[in-house]
Amino acid sequence: MRSLYELPAFVVSRKIQDQEISAEEYISIIIERIKEVDSKVNSFTSLNFEGALTMSRAIDKKIKEGINTGLLTGIPVGIKDNISVQGLKNTCASRMLSEYVSPYDATVVSKIKEQGGIIIGKLNMDEFGMGTTSEYSSFGPVRNPWDLEYVAGGSSGGSAASVASLQIPLSLGSDTGGSIRCPSSFCSVIGIKPTYGSVSRSGLISYSNSLEQIGPIARTIYDLVPILNVISGEDPKDNTTVHKKYDYQLNTIDNLLTKKYKVGVLNEFIDDSEIEVARTSQKKVKQLEDYGCELEDTRIPLADYALASYYVIATAEASSNLSRYDNLRYGYEGSPEGYEWNSYFSESRSKFGDEVKLRILLGSYVLSAGYFGKYYAKAQTIRSMIKREFDILFNKYDILLLPTMPVLPFKLGEKISQPIEQYNLDVYTILANLAGLTAISIPAGLSEKGFPIGVQLIANAFDEQKLIDAAVILERAEGFEKWIPRI
Amino acid sequence: MISKMKTGQVLKIGLELHCQLTNLQTKLFCDCLSNYRNSSPNENTCPICLGLPGTLPLLNKKAVEFASMICMAFNCNIPEKISFYRKNYFYPDLPKNYQITQYNSYELSSIGYEGAIEFVGESKSKTDTSADDQERSKVRIARVQLEEDPGKITYEEDKSAVNNYSLIDYNRAGVSLVEIVTEPDFSSPLAVRTFLKEIVNLFEYLGVTDPSLEGSVRCDVNVSLGGGKKVEIKNISSFKEVEKSIYYEITRQKTLIMHDIDVKSETRHWDEKRKVTVAARSKEEEEEYRYFPEPDIPRIILGSKFVSRVRATLPELPIERLKRYTDVYKISDHTAKILINDKRISDFFEESLRYYKSPIEISNWIVNELLTKINEKDRQGISDHNVRGLDFLSVLPSQVAEVAKLVEEKSLNRNIARDIFDKSIESGTSPLKIIENLEIEKISDEASIIKIIQDILNSQPQLIEQSKNNPNVINYVLGLIMKETRGRVNPQIAMKLIKESLEAN
Repeated sequence: MRSLYELPAFVVSRKIQDQEISAEEYISIIIERIKEVDSKVNSFTSLNFEGALTMSRAIDKKIKEGINTGLLTGIPVGIKDNISVQGLKNTCASRMLSEYVSPYDATVVSKIKEQGGIIIGKLNMDEFGMGTTSEYSSFGPVRNPWDLEYVAGGSSGGSAASVASLQIPLSLGSDTGGSIRCPSSFCSVIGIKPTYGSVSRSGLISYSNSLEQIGPIARTIYDLVPILNVISGEDPKDNTTVHKKYDYQLNTIDNLLTKKYKVGVLNEFIDDSEIEVARTSQKKVKQLEDYGCELEDTRIPLADYALASYYVIATAEASSNLSRYDNLRYGYEGSPEGYEWNSYFSESRSKFGDEVKLRILLGSYVLSAGYFGKYYAKAQTIRSMIKREFDILFNKYDILLLPTMPVLPFKLGEKISQPIEQYNLDVYTILANLAGLTAISIPAGLSEKGFPIGVQLIANAFDEQKLIDAAVILERAEGFEKWIPRI
Repeated sequence: MISKMKTGQVLKIGLELHCQLTNLQTKLFCDCLSNYRNSSPNENTCPICLGLPGTLPLLNKKAVEFASMICMAFNCNIPEKISFYRKNYFYPDLPKNYQITQYNSYELSSIGYEGAIEFVGESKSKTDTSADDQERSKVRIARVQLEEDPGKITYEEDKSAVNNYSLIDYNRAGVSLVEIVTEPDFSSPLAVRTFLKEIVNLFEYLGVTDPSLEGSVRCDVNVSLGGGKKVEIKNISSFKEVEKSIYYEITRQKTLIMHDIDVKSETRHWDEKRKVTVAARSKEEEEEYRYFPEPDIPRIILGSKFVSRVRATLPELPIERLKRYTDVYKISDHTAKILINDKRISDFFEESLRYYKSPIEISNWIVNELLTKINEKDRQGISDHNVRGLDFLSVLPSQVAEVAKLVEEKSLNRNIARDIFDKSIESGTSPLKIIENLEIEKISDEASIIKIIQDILNSQPQLIEQSKNNPNVINYVLGLIMKETRGRVNPQIAMKLIKESLEAN
């Protein structure tokens, strides 16, 4: 018999609500599993075992009293360390915030708690979300559960690796330019970047506000949808959220066969990828066809300019977002006493890691007087042109298909000193962020050497349901269950 | 007077006003109180206004309404959509190290633009001959923008070099601030003073701020001479200092020009103790604010519906009141201006009218009697602690109304009325009560008056003879009667009776 930690969350949650097992038992098993595995993977930055056990007992009590405990009853959820959880450290994997404890819950966190979810700990990441490998962390790199010498992808590396290595069934990440989808692809889990404005960012420590969204990571679409329903929705604490009914369904295969989605295949991206990635993508095309989808080749002509546009906007916003960190009010241990404040600013801001400093410099440069038009304004123009291209494509197609990453996971340290090469890896994922669309990375198979490959589907804003339907099809076509790393 | 200096150098002054929207319940982007003035340091704060990681600004819609009311009062255009920008600079009083404000360089972002306001000007007094400064003047408004106030730094010492510590209080951080930038349309410090006085009054009419609160309305100034470079003066603590700083800056720039030294474009701080302006930051540091659109606040569509809805709630403005007073009430321009130039006085007048609808009589009582008295007391007040502070709080509109009514309807003698009014405002008793107590009624039965006249003529018989050549005798006798009766006789009747008595003798 499989251990509880191997089972999907929705199965375990049912058992807890039926009092087959208690939430406390389940959390204890999860804690043991984390203790056993995470020393190898390094996916957590801080743990909340005591809090989680207390919470699980409260849930058990409620169940005994017949009180409804919600969609995520008893399920441990890991939270990326840039999403605020009251009373827990919120470091963003940065020395700058090594001692910062959040005094409030992010909206997504309070929603998870309301639905019976249990916050088990905070997850490792690239410092402030800036990176594609989860190596730029003050806690050390996240290791890929499929091969501990390989990168897990980033920046939500901890969120993907912890789920892939069967430590926890669900986690939250954030996706500014692929930060949920990239590690999901590298670790073989399913991760969605929701439409901009559909999930509250209140409590998410901003890297690039106009691009990023919080999203869930799971091992199966059947676990992903409930938590997506929980965290989606307009929030009075985030003026950029959109009022809408968010009620995503897990449709049956019979039902889906009648939908006959039109899928545009972005062939140029497939061809530009490593051969095994390309081959796996083609296999997914075939599978969708088998389930009644209509597939057609298409392209996004302006995609070549997307990366430049993305990095200008992201670094510009980041340079401003990160200026508040000066350790005057909160941050790391150490006090401004005895300093003149200009020298204190420089002293404290030296605590940032190199990649963060690089992006702050870039962003400050593109915003400086006289350069705004040359860089920032131009980047925004490209961005709206790309949006328009997508509008045209989505008049024709329900879904676009492309690889999540052009490459397979690579070795730790291999690209650490080549920022441009790393930025280039984001080229398939940033499109959805620039255009505010929703996109999902779905496990697609393994390479010959056993490394995960993900396929990416993009849908129009607020068309998450189409991605979910396609994920149900692909999960049915092959099953993700066999792609579990042995660790 | 600068205008009399005849230097040949054109003086241009522009203003940058900051008005806190103190009448709002909450701050611009969070639920903390707008009124931070009664809190202990850093008590009136929350994760949002402290800029804690992950918090997002939540725009106070009422603040947008208030700001647009200001725009309307300044006859500014209000655009279809507005947006917010970040102004990035490091300073410890800024919790986020950027300020959320508006910025028009890349698009039309601010809530108001291209306005103009006439200021009424002070009433012409007979002694003032320099009429130029007193005429209605027009000031163009470049833009009006909504932004957040920073926190407050308290220094250990005035001189920053010897400071061992400074303290930061974020209670004020995030309070709504409206910035109003004028074109350099002022040509004298006096014009600036007049304008500021009226603007503060205007804010009160609008009900958006309480100007009596310290720091609620602040002002930066820029001054240029003879088409030269613009110098900005900041750190001016009060409106009185505004005028002084301009005078100083004019003298400074003139001296430079006289010695053939170029006036630099720079920001200077007003040193209130030494009464001089001191060079502040250098240009390079100053200009690099890395403005860009605030991504956390979507563009706000205002639209014509919003504008007309706010316009409907706009209270009567001073200039409209002035027109009503002169056109409808037929009050003299001079008196009407005095009334409207202080909202409290004007409101007092309006309130008095509710008790007795005689605008001219009541306005005269307020302007000629009440205000004169208040001014006198003000002048003494500082040195004399025994004088009870006299203000609108201690006088009721009904008191003025009653006195006016007594004079007009019961033909109470003005001198007596003045006495009664004095007593009334000193004691707080209503004029009617005082009259009842004193039992003064006009002596109007002719027999009593004739008796008084006879008594006078008996004691000064020469008057009868003199009256034949000198018509002033009648007035003289009247004066004596008034003195005798403390003004209680009706002068018309008395005059008639004096004439008859003199002729009869």
